[in-house]
Amino acid sequence: MGETSQGTIYGINGPVVKVRGDHAFKMMEMVLVGHEKLIGEVIRVQENETIVQVYENTTGLRPGEPVVSTGSPLTVKLGPGIIGNIFDGIERPLTSIARKTGPFIGRGMIMDNLDTEKLWDVKVLVRRGDTVRPGMVIAEVQETPSVVHRVMVPPHISGVVEEAARDGSYPITRTIARIREGKTVHNLTLVQEWPVRTPRPYKSRLPLHEPLITGQRVIDSLFPIAKGGTAAIPGGFGTGKTMTQHQLAKWSNADIIVYVGCGERGNEITEVLEDFPKLIDPRNNRPLMERTVLIANTSNMPVAAREASIYTGITLAEYYRDMGYHVAIMADSTSRWAEALREISGRLEEMPAEEGFPAYLPSRLSEFYERAGMVETLNEQQGSISIIGAVSPQGGDFSEPVTQNTKRFIRCFWALDKSLAYTRHYPAINWIDSYSEYAADLKDWYAENAAPDFMTLRDRLSRILQEESKLLEIVKLIGSDILPDEQKLILESARAIRQGFLQQNAYHEQDTYVPIVKQYHMMRTVLHLHDQASRLIAKGIPVSVIRRTGVFEEVIKIKYTIANDDMGAFDKLIARIDAILSEIEASYRGAERRGLA
Amino acid sequence: MNLEYVGLKEISGPLVVLEGVKDPSFEELVEITVDKEKRLGRIIDISGDVCVIQVFEGTHGISLKNTRTRLLGKPLKIPLSKEILGRVLDGLGRPVDGLGEIYPEKYADVNGEPINPVEREYPRNYIQTGISSIDCLATLIRGQKLPIFSGSGLPHNQLAVQIVRQAKIADEDANNFAIVFAAMGVKHDVADYFKNSFKSSGVLDRVVMFLNLANDPVVERIVTPRSALTAAEYLAFEKGMHVLVILTDMSSYAEALREISSSKGEIPSRKGYPGYLYSDLASIYERAGMIKGRKGSITQIPILTMPNDDITHPIPDLTGYITEGQIVLDRGLASRGIYPPVSVLPSLSRLMKDGIGKGYTREDHPGLANQLFAACAKVQEVRALASVIGEDELSDLDKKYMRFGRAFESAFITQDFNEDRDIIQTLDLGWLLLGLLPREELDRLSPELIEKYYGNPEENESRYRQWT
Repeated sequence: MGETSQGTIYGINGPVVKVRGDHAFKMMEMVLVGHEKLIGEVIRVQENETIVQVYENTTGLRPGEPVVSTGSPLTVKLGPGIIGNIFDGIERPLTSIARKTGPFIGRGMIMDNLDTEKLWDVKVLVRRGDTVRPGMVIAEVQETPSVVHRVMVPPHISGVVEEAARDGSYPITRTIARIREGKTVHNLTLVQEWPVRTPRPYKSRLPLHEPLITGQRVIDSLFPIAKGGTAAIPGGFGTGKTMTQHQLAKWSNADIIVYVGCGERGNEITEVLEDFPKLIDPRNNRPLMERTVLIANTSNMPVAAREASIYTGITLAEYYRDMGYHVAIMADSTSRWAEALREISGRLEEMPAEEGFPAYLPSRLSEFYERAGMVETLNEQQGSISIIGAVSPQGGDFSEPVTQNTKRFIRCFWALDKSLAYTRHYPAINWIDSYSEYAADLKDWYAENAAPDFMTLRDRLSRILQEESKLLEIVKLIGSDILPDEQKLILESARAIRQGFLQQNAYHEQDTYVPIVKQYHMMRTVLHLHDQASRLIAKGIPVSVIRRTGVFEEVIKIKYTIANDDMGAFDKLIARIDAILSEIEASYRGAERRGLA
Repeated sequence: MNLEYVGLKEISGPLVVLEGVKDPSFEELVEITVDKEKRLGRIIDISGDVCVIQVFEGTHGISLKNTRTRLLGKPLKIPLSKEILGRVLDGLGRPVDGLGEIYPEKYADVNGEPINPVEREYPRNYIQTGISSIDCLATLIRGQKLPIFSGSGLPHNQLAVQIVRQAKIADEDANNFAIVFAAMGVKHDVADYFKNSFKSSGVLDRVVMFLNLANDPVVERIVTPRSALTAAEYLAFEKGMHVLVILTDMSSYAEALREISSSKGEIPSRKGYPGYLYSDLASIYERAGMIKGRKGSITQIPILTMPNDDITHPIPDLTGYITEGQIVLDRGLASRGIYPPVSVLPSLSRLMKDGIGKGYTREDHPGLANQLFAACAKVQEVRALASVIGEDELSDLDKKYMRFGRAFESAFITQDFNEDRDIIQTLDLGWLLLGLLPREELDRLSPELIEKYYGNPEENESRYRQWT
């Protein structure tokens, strides 16, 4: 913390304010701009002029108004009260803003980021005389029925406990332990502060070996993401990015979800706020809101705060990771964040690189995605952050700079396809363009926890889809009638895979979330049908005969007809398929014999 | 405050630069007197005592010497009262209909303030427009922003008028709805067309028109939609009215923005549009919606003409990322004489999922809409194939799809300008058309719904024959 210093406004251009005067502002320091005390951040320091980006609307600001430093960079407060809350891009609770300025967002509001009056039941875990190290858990608070908040010693502090509070109900500002470190004494409360642009420290990185199960078939089975991994969802408008992000936020098996609505629609945030408290987490039967934090900077809120919202989100995620939780952060959309960078950069008259984006776009993107990972925390727990970033490419064109640069730093690419969305095939994840580099790392996990041959089935499934896409090229030119029967069967099986397996209905009570075991059985069933049918075809039975029995339709409908917990039904279905097919076989053999006679 | 500055430092396009200004504030309004004529301007950049001002009425006739400039000490505000209903105003909210000044109840800043997401009410009530393709497949919801993506020469204006005329927004309380119409850079005859249509449907006294026509100053065009939405917010959230806002043409708006950006010397991004086009459009479109505990709502129907019918052009592209869906008009359909030429596949309403189905429209609506989309997609595939191998060579199933496609266009999409179909008629028509396809093809509908609504296709053969 440094001395406060003061300058005066010289120039104003949108969110960019030039400051002059005798001051000693530091790079990235938070400052209060003008009489209304708008929050801003120093983004360029020159010999006689400092440039500040302001997180609020600058209308009415005048040259000559003061700019006061706060001595610290843009920080967030970390403590109980984060989960279940909704914040703006710089961690101001939107409900408190609403209490102050009504339904519209006003400006110049300095407020408590976390509720300072609420009393929390604190269980203190340290005693006088204990030695504490950074990251050590000194107290526990039941933050929501789903989440135990572990109050940790902030990084960079260690020492001996001189005094510790008893268990009891305290507000977040109450000192619960006094730590002596040499000559200095630290008073630790339930909250700590952390600058958003600095990654929080951890002990070491760990290899990724466990998938983030999302209950979405195309993701879990074909393009899985590991806990601690990174994924991008690029797609033009109307392809269902936000819908997919919402599904992941709802159903993925992370302990904590941080959802950053970055420059997107206000109604989408409202939708989350309405839905999540009502939806029940299948793992503990508690409302999903009890593990979710929302950060909302809608497209019409100030652009500089949009740039900050991503960092605020990831810092909150890191804090919970440090407690030993598996956190998933959804950033919707990183393109809006990149555009915020571009807008500020343009106002600074920096030399642009591709399409007007600043040259430092790739390094900013990599800084963000590299904050994901599975780690051993300072307190020797395992925690992870998985980042799932939506990308909104201009014109739906994946060759634009944000998509291309993002691709370099992520390992899981779920490409949304406009033509699939047009046919209302959701999730519109294209199975040819998408990839997951994690599939190989996760092989063992699937073999142990799902089924030994899970990956084999998956590979066969995707091979059928690949072959279909090749065949469709031919069909486009000459129609499907003249294809040989084996190839017709590929088309038919691929149709069953697409409609029965890849398409998933987010509004269907059962189909919205499908456990991995059922995914396995669904794959097994459709491949069993394919194998048996190709056996018949090898014997000269045309595919149209098999088709007429309606077995394919029956397999397509299993997502609705077989409940998520009724795995026995699959064996019955397979038996039925076998019965139907052997009946065809028998009658065909009969016909053959009669023909010979 | 009453200091007058004589002369200017520089003039560039719609911008002027004034030097030696005392105590200006960002976005402050200024009054420039040019040989007795008064013009308004706004400070858009301050550097010490040098201000860049954009002049709403344009800079023609201004020299470095002939101006006197006065700061007005406030940002741009427009006068509001319930009297604005039935009036015609310019882009800055000044009456141009010769009916005298407006006696304001209040003045409001045209920039507005963002609605706090926690205070928004999620839109769920659907608006019946009486147009099958919209009601069934891209349902309009009260509080939604649903643009029409069109091209020059396509009947987007007729479609907008038909929506206004038929929208059952007026049903529950005839005195409780209003229409705010903002024209940005449109031709005189377009503005007249809207005015006459409002008149003939008897709603003119419920309409506020903000006109910035094609030959009006460009800078004023930037403010026009903001003035209109400020009026809409006032009517909706303070007077409790359901407001339908029509913004036309957003392409002209974006071009005006580009023009000003380039005269400011800003770094352009795609196709010369400024890097902040997305944020700027969002600051307009996001001013739709509903607020908890307030009675009214703002539903926006922006119209934009896609340059060269290109949906990937930055204007429709960025619009689509902000708005809650889009209705896309298609030149191919229009040239075959189909009205309204709504292209079904790219059209979408993001909010319809929560406002249709059981308890809202009818239980079968979501499944039916999905099935129709899937069928239309298949028709497109089959047509592509037919254009290569000829229709005769198609398989029987594909031929059925061809037939379905023709019937769908001539019976479902096609609709007279005065034809008002209610939602039940529309849905029944959808089922009637599905009768052209074999039952096994209906994979997006549950067996129960098929049982209940599919009917007996053979009975309808004569009607099918008429359509195909």
